[in-house]
Amino acid sequence: MSPRERTQPADPRPAPPESPASRRPAGPPPDLGALERSWGTPRGLWGSLATVDHKRIGKRYIATALVFFALGGIEAFLIRLQLSRPESTLLNPDLYNQIFTMHGTTMMFLFAVPVMEGIGIYFVPLLVGTRNVAFPKLNAFGYWMYLFGGLFLYGGFALNAGPDAGWFAYTPLSGPQYSPGHRLDIWSQMITFTELSALIVAIELIVTIFKQRAPGMSLQRIPLFVWAMLVTMCMIILAMPAVMLGSGMLLLDRSTGTQFFNPSEDGDHLLWQHLFWFFGHPEVYIIFIPGLGMISAVIPAFARRKVFGYPAMVLSLITTAFMGFGLWVHHMFAVGLPPLGNSFFTAASMIIALPTGVQIFCWIATLWGSRPRFEPPFAFIVSFFVVFILGGMTGLMLGSTSLDLQLHDTFFVVAHLHYVLIGGAVFPLFGALHYWFPKMTGRTLDRAMGFWTAALLFVGFNLTFFPMHLLGLRGMPRRVYTYLPGTGWGPLNALASVGAVIIAASVLVFLANAIGSRKRAAAAADPWEAETLEWTTASPPPSYNYARIPVVTSRTPGWDVAKGDVGEVVNMRDDLREVLVCRPLDGEPEHREQLPGPSLWPLALAITVTISFIGSVFSPLWFVVGLILCVPPIVGWYWPEGARERPGLEKAA
Amino acid sequence: MIGALALLGPVLPGGVPTPSALRPAAPQAAGLESLWWFMLWTCTAVFLVVLAVLAYAMLRPRTEEPPARRAAEIITAAAAVSVVILFAFLIATMATSRKNPNEPRPTDRIVQIIGHQWWWEVHYPGARPDELVISANEIHLPAGRDVVLDLTSADVIHSFWAPNLHGKRDLIPGRHNFFRLRPENVGTYRGQCAEFCGYQHAHMGFIVFVESPDKFEEYLASQRKPAAEPVSADASRGRQVFLTNPCVTCHTIRGTGASGTNAPDLTHLASRRTIAAATVDNTAGHLGGWIADSQGVKPGNHMPPHLVSSEDLLALVAYLRSLS
Repeated sequence: MSPRERTQPADPRPAPPESPASRRPAGPPPDLGALERSWGTPRGLWGSLATVDHKRIGKRYIATALVFFALGGIEAFLIRLQLSRPESTLLNPDLYNQIFTMHGTTMMFLFAVPVMEGIGIYFVPLLVGTRNVAFPKLNAFGYWMYLFGGLFLYGGFALNAGPDAGWFAYTPLSGPQYSPGHRLDIWSQMITFTELSALIVAIELIVTIFKQRAPGMSLQRIPLFVWAMLVTMCMIILAMPAVMLGSGMLLLDRSTGTQFFNPSEDGDHLLWQHLFWFFGHPEVYIIFIPGLGMISAVIPAFARRKVFGYPAMVLSLITTAFMGFGLWVHHMFAVGLPPLGNSFFTAASMIIALPTGVQIFCWIATLWGSRPRFEPPFAFIVSFFVVFILGGMTGLMLGSTSLDLQLHDTFFVVAHLHYVLIGGAVFPLFGALHYWFPKMTGRTLDRAMGFWTAALLFVGFNLTFFPMHLLGLRGMPRRVYTYLPGTGWGPLNALASVGAVIIAASVLVFLANAIGSRKRAAAAADPWEAETLEWTTASPPPSYNYARIPVVTSRTPGWDVAKGDVGEVVNMRDDLREVLVCRPLDGEPEHREQLPGPSLWPLALAITVTISFIGSVFSPLWFVVGLILCVPPIVGWYWPEGARERPGLEKAA
Repeated sequence: MIGALALLGPVLPGGVPTPSALRPAAPQAAGLESLWWFMLWTCTAVFLVVLAVLAYAMLRPRTEEPPARRAAEIITAAAAVSVVILFAFLIATMATSRKNPNEPRPTDRIVQIIGHQWWWEVHYPGARPDELVISANEIHLPAGRDVVLDLTSADVIHSFWAPNLHGKRDLIPGRHNFFRLRPENVGTYRGQCAEFCGYQHAHMGFIVFVESPDKFEEYLASQRKPAAEPVSADASRGRQVFLTNPCVTCHTIRGTGASGTNAPDLTHLASRRTIAAATVDNTAGHLGGWIADSQGVKPGNHMPPHLVSSEDLLALVAYLRSLS
């Protein structure tokens, strides 16, 4: 596995670039062979299991998340099939409840968040101009935890132990009395797996963004996509502990007889709802803020100019994240909380529309008179505007503590949440996948098939979800496995089910396009002539990302490199895994840090932690056993790798 | 009348029209409906304007970047307009919410509703404890009078929702939620549980009968009476079948020894239009089918199957049909 040799000839601008004489870096030329030996992943099974390369791990996250997307999609398809006509007996209520719970759980925990994390792990180091994430072994560990958590959930589902209390698992329905068996234990523990993984990604990316940016990339030069990931990762750190705490308490109530959620023992059901939605609402922003970042990444390449209003864009992202923690109660307007408190959350739910509105206005200003090139990635961005703005509008209606009483827990909400999540995250994600596919794989996607994917997704999506607004107003509650013929909900449901077929067709076209790309020509390093750093290296990037770490002097380093107007860091060690650590604010170099290489210990620790987590579903004793089992891998993980060298630092340009 | 409606197409059990949040029959639902139209038209206008501007921005011939200062001014103005609209929504919301206070006053008629998996227990407290009326799944309310529903649950969380009358309010075990209704128009309205509550969440319906106050008092008076004595031999045998089978462990028929409280009170079962939480019409056929194979009608419900001979079943149905 040495992508460098394969693609280097196809790169029109091989590193180091043709710099003007005044900026030509001093010092010895980079020894690409030594860099590859230092940063490459060994071949074979050992290499695959031990790799700590952020690009390989990022691709694994993306691929795994897309597999879960397909599984969640199949579940959605079965739901639509069941609801396509009244009193269908295709699925019995037990299976239906498992399937809709699996659909929500898969899409939220196993697809949407991990796929964004995967894109972050792959692209953040490239966009900030470094060679790996800050904690490479932890990164590998995080992926394994995510994978094992997902497999655990689907293993349970295959054994008829899929969770059946909804992705929100309200107590007491999810408690020991009304959900006996291990279905909900598996669900709770899956949360622990995936949220642990999310916290790990958050820590890595925050440290990478703050400390490992290329020299000169001061705060005001960070690409907007990286800002979006930074904001998202901070949200993960604040939001995920709430749901891990909640699911841990649920597991304790279920397995060891604690009474956190039992009102007759001074527990409270609303405690669960508060903990869950304190995570659950920010979760929505955790999913779609990366989407906003992707839009800011894609638009400049096609509008051929910078995004307008960079400070406003950054402040909007931060404001959205901040306010995102102040509106969880709008999921609970029907539980009977005091009206004054509800009004506060209504105000917060209304005003959070403002920062997103400002971003939309800034994008419109960017596109104003730009005559954007209409390529497949851009087609998804246009769809985003239509779908997401509509979803935002219905969001205002749901944020109203009065009107929500009619709309809450109906198909209107199903329509709304798909408009914001598919509109705000999946359309931008597909746009980003079409945009970055050449960079990640070194292969090109077919243009016509890309347009077909976008068109089918847009038509199918609206056909599926628009009628659901009307169904909600006509009294159709969510999460029903069937409905009576007399309700008159049949025709609109049938229409929605037809839309689901079109969405499936769109995903299949994308799949065919991706598979077919193996036969197509190698991608250029910079097919879109974009402004960010990742386009200045080969497609796919070599294991060390950049032959020399670039020096950033503007917000558009990609265009600077194209003009040859860029400096590079010299005298970095080629024979060690060395990265440059810079000051968080102004990006001035501080020191060099040596990162660890491939290791099997992350996998070993992931296996022992998995034993502990899965075992504790059956007996709390396994927690103790697991703790003991974890000792050897932790010792191995921290075993010293030898003395590190810290020679002085020199920089050119 | 039910037969005539059947010719027009399928109708809901009990001959009840389909629910709709946009056909209000009470001031509460009417207030929410006006708020809906206000927000819908405003949002539609904003949606169309933003998309039109976006389309124009992209379709114009390519020019230099717009001057930053001018663009910033326009964006600020657009943000200011957004804030005004958002505040209008907030004020409209709070005004609507203020019009619908839920706390009961001493003069209010209280109706208690207790959620069960998957049916609704309805209590109409009287002036004296022995005037309490207990029924299930069909709620009678006087037109033009304020009623405060006292909502709680016996098991998991449910949510009470009759879209034509008001929004929804949760039934939470260990809590009492009050919910004020003032149904104005005489008629029947369908509602359904709106919080996921397990296997038969889909079939946890109810019917609200809004009647003139006189008819409502008549209803309560008739419901206060103990169960009718069987008049036919069949019905007498049916009562014997009921009392000698496990039916009595869950169901109550006042005036007999049956006093279980896990399942709907059957004292006046024949006065109800539907059975199984407004899932099927209350006919002899459905009743027999329910007793013999309730799991076939609502899979997963808590009524176990009962092995009774066909003669016993017919007698039992005859008895239950006599409980008007």
